Amino acid sequence: MPTFVGGIHPPEKKELSEKKQITPLKPPARVIIQLRQHLGAPAKAAVSIGDEVKIGTVVGTPEGFVSAPVHASVSGKVIALAEFPTAMGRMVESVVIENDGKEEWVPLKESPDYMDLPPEELKEKIKAAGIVGMGGATFPTAVKLSPPKEKPIDIVILNGAECEPYLTADHRLMVEKPAEVVEGLRILMKVLGVKKGVIGIEDNKPDAIEAIRKASARYPEIEVCVPHVKYPQGAEKMLIKAATGREVPPRALPMDVGVVVQNIGTTYAIYEAVRYGKPLVERVVTVTGEGIKEPGNLLARIGTPLSYLIDACGGFSNGTAKVVAGGPMMGFAVGTLDVPVTKGTSGVLVLPDEGLFHAGDYKPCIRCSRCVDVCPMGLTPGVMSVLIEKGHYEEAKALGLFDCFECGSCAFVCPSKRPVVQLVRLAKSMVKP
Amino acid sequence: MAVMNEKEHARLIVSVSPHIRSDVSVSRIMWTVSIALFPALLMGVYFFGPRALFIVATCIVSSVFFEYLTAKVMGRPVTINDGSAFLTGLLLGMNLPSSLWSFSPFLIHVPIIGSFVAVAITKMLFGGLGYNIFNPALIGRAFLLISWPRAMTIFYKPTAAFLGFDAQTTATPLGILKEDGMNKLIEVFGTKSNLYLMKLIGQNAGSIGETSALALLIGGLYLLAKRYITWHIPVTFIATVAVVTWIFGGTDPATGKMVLFAGDPLLNVLSGGLMLGAFFMATDYVTGPTLRNAQILFGIGCGLITSLIRIKGGFPEGVMFAILLMNCFAPLLDRYVKRKPFGFRKEAAR
Repeated sequence: MPTFVGGIHPPEKKELSEKKQITPLKPPARVIIQLRQHLGAPAKAAVSIGDEVKIGTVVGTPEGFVSAPVHASVSGKVIALAEFPTAMGRMVESVVIENDGKEEWVPLKESPDYMDLPPEELKEKIKAAGIVGMGGATFPTAVKLSPPKEKPIDIVILNGAECEPYLTADHRLMVEKPAEVVEGLRILMKVLGVKKGVIGIEDNKPDAIEAIRKASARYPEIEVCVPHVKYPQGAEKMLIKAATGREVPPRALPMDVGVVVQNIGTTYAIYEAVRYGKPLVERVVTVTGEGIKEPGNLLARIGTPLSYLIDACGGFSNGTAKVVAGGPMMGFAVGTLDVPVTKGTSGVLVLPDEGLFHAGDYKPCIRCSRCVDVCPMGLTPGVMSVLIEKGHYEEAKALGLFDCFECGSCAFVCPSKRPVVQLVRLAKSMVKP
Repeated sequence: MAVMNEKEHARLIVSVSPHIRSDVSVSRIMWTVSIALFPALLMGVYFFGPRALFIVATCIVSSVFFEYLTAKVMGRPVTINDGSAFLTGLLLGMNLPSSLWSFSPFLIHVPIIGSFVAVAITKMLFGGLGYNIFNPALIGRAFLLISWPRAMTIFYKPTAAFLGFDAQTTATPLGILKEDGMNKLIEVFGTKSNLYLMKLIGQNAGSIGETSALALLIGGLYLLAKRYITWHIPVTFIATVAVVTWIFGGTDPATGKMVLFAGDPLLNVLSGGLMLGAFFMATDYVTGPTLRNAQILFGIGCGLITSLIRIKGGFPEGVMFAILLMNCFAPLLDRYVKRKPFGFRKEAAR
């Protein structure tokens, strides 16, 4: 089976939610729409306090090329423009909308014959819908679909690896909406003028593989690639290697090897945006973990506070200690449940105190080579972490600091429980790339 | 703006990802290696009697004590629970002859001094766990071998007389090989196959924990199966010794001159401290290279030096010096055997 060198096998824990159907979550009384839900320049507020909005009203307009619009996810009244914390703890300008419960949409322009539209128009629809990478990186999709002329693209890969333990949002989308996902891929291929599409799904999701195979059977230009389950198989460079054999050089982008990778949730959103004219106002969020009473996959409006999601899933079991936005390997532990769902929130993981790893107490590196064996980027994380500890940031950079994408495999296996990812982030902030 | 949803907010822990970790810890590694040494220790105690056990126990107790003491004196956190001092003591004890348990002449202080050199000087003074350059147990043994050369090379016959304290001394098989040649060695053990058998089970003279190749192999395979060590160092180390001693280790019984391709690789592999060294000492994480390719070179280097000492050196055995010398090269090997980062191509080199 195709895969990459290195990687780890953390407990998968998918069983908590992988059989739970995607359930639409009743919108909350108030939503917090953050104006910075994507990489690049934050959107600029396009509404004022007191304005009436409908679902799909643009509340933030993009600023600059790398940016994306944001839309109201409920109908009602703007009651505040204030700063709210992101999952990373940063305060960002947000639009707070009080839900009037009417569920009124702005008029949507449907396109039943979407495959006949010219690529530029398709891209325009994706851009207007405010679609960004929904796997967590939140890079504006329209920008990703505009590679420079000297970098021709010949393959589009859909990332259905979902290698983070616990998370099942993409898994459920592939099982429940396989046709829509495949159509989304065809739209992407048309936008990029590409003749080949690959959907990569790890072999621990046989039902998703079967559903997608069935849905894509009539398109010979689309193939399903089934890499062996291993973290971080869903990292762009690792998936490209497994699906095409191509290696993205250090510091280069997938487009440098002729590939564009899109997340499953993003592709589904692209289909909805193009077919129904629907802006990105909701997404599938896996609410899971041993610390939540009823784990599930919820279709939640953007801007729904995490506390509301947790209540909807029966609340905390006893002794909850940590709430993570995203998966356990790369997600962010939140300090407050006021953090809203954003376009990049793939999951909410609730970890109980029992069995929780407590960071802080760590030992010196014993040079055991475990991190060397698992690093998917072929780096030496242990040596790097020691250098960073002593303040030798430039030397860490020479060892490939900026090739590290912080997958956390090294920290996972470290017997000394060293905070390797934390040290890497520190060093990245101390030296220029 | 007030809190959106007034709930009994648990006090949430915020820390950097990853939020889950594997259950392997430093102390689990140390205790597992100690358990892997148990079969060899058992054979040592069986053949050399209770005095062997006393030596090993003395080394363990004093190693742990010296780690505690130095940590206190240096104002560092006491980490004796991580099992590292225990393991150093265990390895040192298994690398000593049982004859050191002797009151007349009084030699009980020798293993204690060895433990002090191993733990306090070689490990703690260099910064403690993770920072020592040399394998602590081997420096302890090397110190003792140089300071008490006679006492350190008196070996008792493996009588398996469990309660007896009276013992006859004899030379190790490698010692006999070096001084009197292969014919004498076969004469002592009866037949060549009996020699191999005795080497396997451990009924031959030597340090407490090094005589049973089979017991050491069992422990080594256990560590390999648990992936606490990898093949890179032990296999290259042992294979290099086998090849080099086969090519250069043979002598003409009449003239004593070297005869090429006439050595006994099996005897060399089963003898001395090779199994103990290759599986348990050269594989020490801290004092060996980190990169797998560098470990291959490290193992070959250990094998070459061991063979050189065995064939040409003044000592019958060279595993200890080989590992210690290669410890010096470990950082250099890591530096010169660079890793190829993912996607790295020469023309795109930074």
